[in-house]
Amino acid sequence: MLDATNHTSLPSRPGVGYKPQHYSDIMADAGPLGWLEIHAENYMGDGGRPIAQLHHLAERFPISVHGVGLSIGGEGDLDADHLARLKHLITWLNPSSFSEHLAWSTHDSHFFNDLLPLPYTPQTLARVATHIDQVQDTVGRRMLLENPSSYLAFAESMMSETDFLRELSQRTGCGLLLDVNNVFVSATNLKTSPQAYIDDFPLDAVGEIHLGGHDEDEDETGAPLLIDSHGKAVVDPVWALLDYTLAKSGPKPVLVEWDTDVPDWPVLAAEVARADTALALITT
Amino acid sequence: MIVRQAAFKTAMLDPAAPVPDGIINPDGAPASKRFDVYRNNVAVSLSDALEAAFPVVRKLVGDEFFRAMAGVYLRKHPPKTPLMMFYGEAMPQFLRRFEPAKSIGYLPDIAAIELALRHAYHAADAAPVDANALTTIAADALMGIRLRIAPATQTVTSDFPVHAIYRANTVAGAPKPVMQAEAVLVTRAGFDPELHLINAAAATCISALKDGQSLGQAMATADDTLDIGAVLGLLLAQGAVTEIY
Repeated sequence: MLDATNHTSLPSRPGVGYKPQHYSDIMADAGPLGWLEIHAENYMGDGGRPIAQLHHLAERFPISVHGVGLSIGGEGDLDADHLARLKHLITWLNPSSFSEHLAWSTHDSHFFNDLLPLPYTPQTLARVATHIDQVQDTVGRRMLLENPSSYLAFAESMMSETDFLRELSQRTGCGLLLDVNNVFVSATNLKTSPQAYIDDFPLDAVGEIHLGGHDEDEDETGAPLLIDSHGKAVVDPVWALLDYTLAKSGPKPVLVEWDTDVPDWPVLAAEVARADTALALITT
Repeated sequence: MIVRQAAFKTAMLDPAAPVPDGIINPDGAPASKRFDVYRNNVAVSLSDALEAAFPVVRKLVGDEFFRAMAGVYLRKHPPKTPLMMFYGEAMPQFLRRFEPAKSIGYLPDIAAIELALRHAYHAADAAPVDANALTTIAADALMGIRLRIAPATQTVTSDFPVHAIYRANTVAGAPKPVMQAEAVLVTRAGFDPELHLINAAAATCISALKDGQSLGQAMATADDTLDIGAVLGLLLAQGAVTEIY
């Protein structure tokens, strides 16, 4: 049986989404940085610099493997080849945490390179739970499942997202990854309360908290439409939502993600320092 | 009003297609601009991946042409796996048939070089034999030996001066290309792939060696422009030979 209590062995400290251009900076002076996240798919080559760097990083830092391509919410079967690549990476790296998304990204062998949304129905719940069981059985450990950013809703949805995630966690034993920027983006886009979402979220199951930047747009009715771009600094209301969450959850590993228009290390290091301050506030 | 993923996919790839029924905004109304977020994310992320993968092709055709071409490519050749580092495998064949690019005959071969460099970058590590390893082999045994070639080693042949064109677009002050057929060898001694000018005979011979043919057999696949001493010297100096057997 999979260990049902230990979601992750990451420290309750700030982490950052690793970018190769920051390698020397991070190795020279990590500051309060307590761990690193890598995207699984970027380390599925056979060798060369990416794999060698990852070996070096893993000697210094706890690593969280974050998958972006498993398509756990897909209507079709999971891609067995991709699952095997994931198992290989997790086996040799033995990371402190492994996570994926509540989303789909592949249909009929066509990979879209984006996280696509799911309706919250008993049918999708059963399908996603089966896929999570399969992933956890294959890689031999519990995974964390991340809440998505929503831009739209499905008329067929019958459950709230928090109920859907709670039920998945209970059925499969998976932990949850709570992205508070996604909560803020979804709440703004769907006109709900981000604090109410946190209040209703099963925080005991949370193994990791994510933060990132988003873009601002409007839909055709003039309503705000926030887009989860990971290309900017985290905005103040999202930092406030982190504080709100940590006050309820207690200390957790907190990750800053910046994936497009990636800045020089000092800019990202300032975000890491801010996450460190947020964590210090609740532990003192 | 159940939205199947097939319907979502169809609408996502065709900006002119209607948004599937059952996709709504928070007020229960149809949500076409919200759906456009996914249309945009998919097209932009795949187009960005192609830009990152083919910087020299992009430089040769210009940003605007590349973007338009990428928009056609990503619909015709969507990724088959989540390994975006290898996205664009079909680019050389695609460019050979892509009418607006047909006047640039060398473009598919430049794309092939960029693919080879990327594959070399991610190829398995392999410890090379000593650069002098061949000197210990008796002359009468030489033709029968086989060389195991490092996985990063690749060749591309062309009717165009592709080595010179690649260098002219990546190295400041590189000489202007002169019209001639060229082939390239990609090796990776450390972590950074390197490009070397070779001729078609050398490329043929190296491919045969890579396939496991003996030195004598590999030499027989190439015409008399093959300089086998130079080929072996280059492979050994670049750490591209991992075993002699």
